[in-house]
Amino acid sequence: MLLELDLRAIKAIMALVKAKHRYDFENYAMSSIKRRIERIIDLKKIETLDKLLHSLEFDLEFFDYFVREITVNTTEMFRDPAMWVVLNNEVIPNIKIINNLRIWHAGCSTGEEVFSMAILLQEAGLLEKSILYATDLNTNVLASAKKGELTIRNQELNTANYERFKGKGKLADYYTVQDGKMIMNKDLMTNITFKKHDLVLDKSFLKFDLIFCRNVLIYFNMQLQDDVIGKFNDSLFKGGWLILGTKETMAFTKSAKKFNAVSTSERIYQKTAI
Amino acid sequence: MDTNFNVIVIGGSAGSFQVVISILESLPANFQVPIVLCLHRPRHVREGFKEALNTKSKIMVVEPDDKESIKRGNVYLAPANFHLLLELNHTFALSTEEAVNFSRPAIDLTFETAAYAYGKKMLIIMLSGANSDGAKGMLKAYQKGAYTIVQDPTEAQINVMPESAIKLFKPHAVLSSKKISEFINALK
Ligand SMILES: C[S@@+](CC[C@H](N)C(=O)[O-])C[C@H]1O[C@@H](n2cnc3c(N)ncnc32)[C@H](O)[C@@H]1O
Repeated sequence: MLLELDLRAIKAIMALVKAKHRYDFENYAMSSIKRRIERIIDLKKIETLDKLLHSLEFDLEFFDYFVREITVNTTEMFRDPAMWVVLNNEVIPNIKIINNLRIWHAGCSTGEEVFSMAILLQEAGLLEKSILYATDLNTNVLASAKKGELTIRNQELNTANYERFKGKGKLADYYTVQDGKMIMNKDLMTNITFKKHDLVLDKSFLKFDLIFCRNVLIYFNMQLQDDVIGKFNDSLFKGGWLILGTKETMAFTKSAKKFNAVSTSERIYQKTAI
Repeated sequence: MDTNFNVIVIGGSAGSFQVVISILESLPANFQVPIVLCLHRPRHVREGFKEALNTKSKIMVVEPDDKESIKRGNVYLAPANFHLLLELNHTFALSTEEAVNFSRPAIDLTFETAAYAYGKKMLIIMLSGANSDGAKGMLKAYQKGAYTIVQDPTEAQINVMPESAIKLFKPHAVLSSKKISEFINALK
């Protein structure tokens, strides 16, 4: 490792990024942000903190790379099949009567999660009356999600997850393979809107029936988790649903009392208060 | 040697399960120093591992949630398909970052973040395993003053992991699994 960052150095980096660019990583979880920045320092062979700060300020291409590297974009289709089963059996029956179902995937990365939801809705006969918003702060992942192109690397894993979920068909019914990519069928994409949205800096923009925010909060510290869960609360209709990642909990946040845990193991919550 | 540790962090892979069981079996229910286990495990099997440890352990083994505090009297196990990181304020942070050394959880990440969060106040132990995951993280902990124990490679079921650590630095102690249990039991 070329350079070990101390807390002061990390704070200096984040303060510069916040002042010069419209990104705020100051309340991200320290252990992983430190690691991600040190990784950049190693890969790009940056020798001093000053050099790093200089590049972050003046080299836009480098800054873009920096954002891509410090946001963790790993994802899978039907990640945690057990969650999708509970969603299908316990949430869908409750929301299928709603006309114009509004669903938000916050931190959608390359789209695997929203495409999984589109498949689930299609199989439940609900896709046509649903509107899905998929947002992320990283524009690179959004660009590939918009095209409906997924990395082929996870084809086997995605297929295995879908089989564990026990979908009605075969995952292969929903995509074709071209140029080493999985290309999602066009009809799955019609009702999905991809847009850039930063959970830290941007306001909530609509009211939803169901919000997914999975494996995003783990990168935030407790204070930021609290703020963001507050935004989700503002963005949900009463009786709306919120799904977090399997290791994320709202137990430590102020909004906890406004929600009811519908599935504790799958982290599915329902908003009970206004 | 300062044995006033605030945390014990143990890494292991193939061949480490029995050793972990024997350590946990040997500890009294009221053992205080928190223990963090980062053991390689299949990525898509969420259940079973914790339960297996709990059948033998007198101290309850839990898989922590993100941002959970690291408390005395607990044993924590890295959950499947996440990296387990330790924060400066002595809470856990989970991560879905890419696999490191083909592993998620990766021992290097747990060791390296624990080193930063606990420095000298940590006992760190490397058990049997078939790849070199953990060695670099253990070196970092060593450099930060943590007390390092490596399972005796001649006893370890698979010696690659202990050997990789020993290749990088000279651990404070190289012990059999029985001696490791005794060492931990002697702590307050
Ligand atoms: C690990 S991925 C999770 C993808 C998907 N939800 C899943 O669980 O498979 C985390 C995503 O959160 C995004 N992210 C991080 N900070 C964000 C922020 N402040 N606002 C919106 N998205 C953010 C990252 O760019 C990344 O794509």
